[in-house]
Amino acid sequence: MNIQVRERPEQALPVVAKTAIADCDIHPARATPTELYPWLARRWHAHLETIGAPAYHGMMGGPPYPKAQPNASRRDAYPPEGGPQGSSLSFMQKQHLDPNNVALGVLNPLGTGQGLRNHELAAALCSAINDWQIAKWTSQDSRLKASIVVANEDGPTAAAEIRKRAGDKSFVQVLLLSRNTEPLGQRRYWPIYQAAEEAGLPVGIHAFGYGGNPVTASGWPSYYIEEMVGHSQCQQSALASLVLEGVFERFPKLDMIMIEAGFGWAPSLAWRLDKVWQRLRSEVPHLTRPPSEYISERVWWTTQPMEDPEKREHLFDVIDWIGWDRLLFATDYPHWDYDDPSRVLPAGVSAGNREAFYLNNALKLYGLA
Amino acid sequence: MTAPIAGGVDCDVHPAVPHLTSLLPYLNDYWRDQVTTRGMTDLISQSYPTYSPISSRPDWRPAQGKPGSNLDDMRAQALDRFRVSHAICNPLYGVQMVFSEDMADAFCRALNDWLAKEWLDREPRLRGSIVVSLQSVERAVAEIERCAQDTRFVQVLLLVMGDMPLGRRAYWPIYAAAERLGLAVGIHAGSAYHNPPTSVGWGSYHIEDYVAQAQAFQTQLTSLIVEGVFARHPGLKMVMLESGFTWLPPFLWRLHKFWRGLRMETPWVDRAPLEIVRSNIRFSLQPIDAPPDPVTLNRLFDHMQSDELLLFSTDYPHWQFEGDAVLPEGLSDDLVRKIMIDNPRATYPRLKVPVAKETMP
Repeated sequence: MNIQVRERPEQALPVVAKTAIADCDIHPARATPTELYPWLARRWHAHLETIGAPAYHGMMGGPPYPKAQPNASRRDAYPPEGGPQGSSLSFMQKQHLDPNNVALGVLNPLGTGQGLRNHELAAALCSAINDWQIAKWTSQDSRLKASIVVANEDGPTAAAEIRKRAGDKSFVQVLLLSRNTEPLGQRRYWPIYQAAEEAGLPVGIHAFGYGGNPVTASGWPSYYIEEMVGHSQCQQSALASLVLEGVFERFPKLDMIMIEAGFGWAPSLAWRLDKVWQRLRSEVPHLTRPPSEYISERVWWTTQPMEDPEKREHLFDVIDWIGWDRLLFATDYPHWDYDDPSRVLPAGVSAGNREAFYLNNALKLYGLA
Repeated sequence: MTAPIAGGVDCDVHPAVPHLTSLLPYLNDYWRDQVTTRGMTDLISQSYPTYSPISSRPDWRPAQGKPGSNLDDMRAQALDRFRVSHAICNPLYGVQMVFSEDMADAFCRALNDWLAKEWLDREPRLRGSIVVSLQSVERAVAEIERCAQDTRFVQVLLLVMGDMPLGRRAYWPIYAAAERLGLAVGIHAGSAYHNPPTSVGWGSYHIEDYVAQAQAFQTQLTSLIVEGVFARHPGLKMVMLESGFTWLPPFLWRLHKFWRGLRMETPWVDRAPLEIVRSNIRFSLQPIDAPPDPVTLNRLFDHMQSDELLLFSTDYPHWQFEGDAVLPEGLSDDLVRKIMIDNPRATYPRLKVPVAKETMP
């Protein structure tokens, strides 16, 4: 990972040779800290410059577990005009969208203000981020689609933001993070699900976030790798909460997408839920079906970071159990653990499954087919 | 179902403390007085409510008292039924939940003495786990050293959810003591409830807590591996008890991938996580979180890439399987022998040691 990237000569890019793909997890960044100011009330400019934007952890700047790379991003992804990785549309087009023939790119802004301790500031920042996604990205490149970022700890305000954006075709999903002040199935978040269902939008749940709970059920670990691996366990608990609280019963048209948290664990979690539910279903009478059925019918999975078994057929077993029709390809551009679309699937996958994996599942789920 | 063979080792049975008063004979005057004066009643953990369906199979539930509290029942329902040579007792009394290190230590000592006297002395097939609390590592080590003199104790028992991740260096004296004394370290499902029982906060339901055990085991494995416990203690065996195991392969695929990307952060991890698990980590058989069809299960065994990882367990009296179907369908004779006999004996060196007391099996 810590390889010095050398200048390389410009190469002719074989755009036409590549099949179109959907990239369901792209992270656009702000070029400067003040880039959102045009959409943010003046009151908040002063607030950000004096007090900042405190999250449910102690660091004023930067994450509590230092990332592996600056901004957790590829060192070759700094735009030539300056600014952090992912902050330039023209460079994103040149480095990623054009050469990889990305036909659909779903934007998932992170570090937005979602989940801040000051819920009013969070709401203002989220609304600004949504305007910024339109102005800087989706209105400039029709391949890109935005996510409605919401201040999730304040359900009614988040729902109002979703209703404000409903019907705007720039947005294809509502974006939540996995780690919040409470498990995502809790009722405080239900206004979000109700508004998403009404708007006909799926809810994407991206790994990460700081809700104040340790990233393990046994307290805070020492290392960044533990946080990175731990996101997968957090996502499992978040999904278990969504299922067991009855969110899929209450909102029967709501689809959800698990983003950047792996998918290999899905069968095991579903089997465990079903087995325990057989014993304890009297505690959750609002569930009318085995938990695995809600998951298999209502949940989709982005692929990056692809689990990496020694034997590829083991991964294909897992995909068979989940279904080739449930996976959404994602690169995580410009982050350091980016998955290269030309390398994630080996030979031997049928043309139908390959097209579903790379493009068609996403077009269908996002209503763009 | 696959028929169990005679002579196996049941690595996870749960003798229940009938009531806190059962420990009074094993407490000193001060703590006996504290318990009675302060009106303490019992230490039942939310992880296993007495009357929860998971806490006891319906046909193993006694007419009165806690499931697992009667030795004759355990003999008839588990030890004789499955013709085991040994069964390892893992008491799940909530001694780890209290916040005072003095009180936790007193209860742990009493619990271990109670186990030796009321169970191990009375049934030669039983072996014990040394229950310690982590409020004080120093006291935990002292208790391990005290109990280890009795060679019927074969393991140190920790809960999967406590105050800090188990790989943290503060806990290493416990692992050093275990390795030195030939004890395995068992990590059992259950929480001290000093942190929320999921890594995304407090859920609403008991079922949620139980499902979350599997996620807790995953984060503990990450911690134990990346902190370097097995680089320091290469001979140490750790056993994940009532953990489930079908989550293991995809968990390792993820951990291995990030380890390759981030090993600069933990350069002392001298082997791939997968290799560390193969050599140092074991898993009890029950519960099996998988569909009942043998085809899927055999694919899962293939994903585990080793037939040495699983140790036979009934999880008595918890409700994990029906009738005598403790072994899933489709296991080969060879795998049955490994799971029931070879793997446990390789994991618990003290099973081979003649017992130091008069209770030779």
